[in-house]
Amino acid sequence: MKKSYKIEVDCANCAAKMEEATKKTEGVKDAVVNFMALKMNVEFEDGADPKEVMPRVITACKKVEDDCEIYL
Amino acid sequence: MTKKQRSTLIRIIVSTLLLAALWAASGALASAMTALGAPVPAAALIRLALYMIPYIIIGHDVIRKAFKGIKNRQPMDESLLMCIATMGAAILAFYEDMTGSVGEYEEAIAVMLFYQTGEWFQSVAVGKSRRNISELMDIRPDHATIMTDGKAEQVDPDEVAIGSEIIVNPGEKVPIDGIVTEGTSSLDTAALTGESLPRNIGIGDEVISGCINLTSPLTIRTTKEFGESTVSKILDLVENASSRKSRSENFITKFARIYTPVVVYSAVALAVLPPVARMLFLSTDPAWGTFIYRALSFLVISCPCALVVSIPLSFFAGIGGASHAGILVKGSNYLETLSEADTVVFDKTGTLTKGSFEVDAVHLSPLSEEELIKTVALAESASSHPISVSLKKACKKEPDLSRVSNIEEIAGHGIKAVVDGKNVAVGNTRLMVDVGARYVECPDDAGTVIHVAIDGDYAGHIVISDVIKPDSAAAIQHLRSSGIKRIVMLTGDASKIADSVAKTLGISEVHPELLPQDKVQWVDDAITGRGAEKGRLAFAGDGINDAPVLSRADIGIAMGAMGSDAAIEAADVVLMDDNPLRIADAIGIAKMTLRIVKENIVFAIGIKLLCLLLSALGIAGMWLAVFADVGVMVLCVLNAMRALITTKSVA
Repeated sequence: MKKSYKIEVDCANCAAKMEEATKKTEGVKDAVVNFMALKMNVEFEDGADPKEVMPRVITACKKVEDDCEIYL
Repeated sequence: MTKKQRSTLIRIIVSTLLLAALWAASGALASAMTALGAPVPAAALIRLALYMIPYIIIGHDVIRKAFKGIKNRQPMDESLLMCIATMGAAILAFYEDMTGSVGEYEEAIAVMLFYQTGEWFQSVAVGKSRRNISELMDIRPDHATIMTDGKAEQVDPDEVAIGSEIIVNPGEKVPIDGIVTEGTSSLDTAALTGESLPRNIGIGDEVISGCINLTSPLTIRTTKEFGESTVSKILDLVENASSRKSRSENFITKFARIYTPVVVYSAVALAVLPPVARMLFLSTDPAWGTFIYRALSFLVISCPCALVVSIPLSFFAGIGGASHAGILVKGSNYLETLSEADTVVFDKTGTLTKGSFEVDAVHLSPLSEEELIKTVALAESASSHPISVSLKKACKKEPDLSRVSNIEEIAGHGIKAVVDGKNVAVGNTRLMVDVGARYVECPDDAGTVIHVAIDGDYAGHIVISDVIKPDSAAAIQHLRSSGIKRIVMLTGDASKIADSVAKTLGISEVHPELLPQDKVQWVDDAITGRGAEKGRLAFAGDGINDAPVLSRADIGIAMGAMGSDAAIEAADVVLMDDNPLRIADAIGIAKMTLRIVKENIVFAIGIKLLCLLLSALGIAGMWLAVFADVGVMVLCVLNAMRALITTKSVA
């Protein structure tokens, strides 16, 4: 399943870090952070519940880039 | 400006003023200290405290972020680098104060100030660029107006079911694809096609979402849901386009990953090795301060921001500018491939020609031209073959179906029917043989010939041909002058017709009589045959039956794809109108974008390396280092925005 989220982040490098962190999160199959459109496309593993996975994604992203926001 | 940008701006101004005041008062401060007879350490501490005020004001968030980075084990970021560099400079200044000379706190603060100013400028510039580009692509409708119980009601376009009647007033965007059921008006399709002339529409015409209604209200019966409508598809496509990364972007990501650690380790080496070497081998003063200062400059330069921001921004601007010109590019990678194209392969029908037939001439008929066409149109009234459709169109008048009976369509031959009590046969020579009419071969060889027999007697023939689009010849010329070496036309038509079209357009390489699978084979051979050579092959088709070819080519360009889902799926580049000139435009935009990308890469890396060298040698200080970091980035961002300015060929 794929979902798209609006994000808020300051620099492209930070966006790349968020992408890396999201990809490594459990339950996420693939993720693309689009700095220009301020969007994040997350592809979840089969059977994973986005509601359960996304908080983990946020924690992971906050860890690498304190100044970021993901709007669920 | 966002709230955050505004507060940063205020902090920049306040600390600049404070710094200026301190700088102006430093002489007075020093003499006051001496007058009071304060001991050196006390004077140094007072100076430190005073200078720390503007430093904290401007740098507190950077410092906080740096510490968070360390805590989260992500230390390699620019906040930390800036912290080390500026704090290092401040400590050096304090050390000099303690030893009795006057330290330069100004530099530490100014560097932080510069850095924040640069960040602020970048944030504003990127935000502005983002808004500019989004405005170009602003085709999303806000609402749809539906009629409920005779009253107009505005609803979310998402809630409108297929087959609902919606009202679009002048000045509003058509929210959902549909068919006009009431009213006539003209539509501004510029946001979709880049076409500046309005299009006139009336009852029964299909309209596409995203167009703006110009003159009078229209009632439209929707044929799609909002999510399936053209406007949603396009928005989705363009918004996701920058997710498909180009090779340049991947290169930058990799480069950044290596560059920063390398510079940081070099900085450490620069701080330690020369002083140690001086002590051990030259037996001179190690000059720790000098080399630590140089190493700190290194750290400031180490941020790869100019690259990681400006390269994707260039592509994003290029894609945005292209979409404004009616050219949808599905990803940065396609823009890159397109810029490398040196071969353009065209499908003939629907791409270079209109794909609809027009009557060229009527030969050898005992009837008047008008009479013959009318008779033929009546005989063909039930057929949906493209040729029949064109003949019916040539007749202009709605056929009176009561005059026709016993219509019989013979595949591969033509049509037999009874018109006004006469047996009419319309078709090719084989049909003429069947009905026993003595036909005459047409000397005019550029078109398709339709023979007619009435009651078994030959009644002449009609020559029809596919019409070449008015801009096709210009398009070929534009392509040649923009550096396309090989232009090829593929077609399923007979070679006579193909040659004649190619000659008119100035295309030298033609491959006629190809079935769709032959076209795929041809493109496949052309790509594999070229081997490791550099150029790329672009295929342009109308997207209706050449989807396999579109996907086999290095880059598939679908033309006139407004509303055609299959084409939008299969192609890498979608031209919203069916003007072949846009292919040259698309290649032009791609080349311009890639040139900007290369400029930015060379400029950013070049300046950084130069500044690294200069600061290693001690020629340049931290000021230049900050320029190398944020100044270069701002220049690159501004350069990237040039990709938004797209030039379009006329028509």
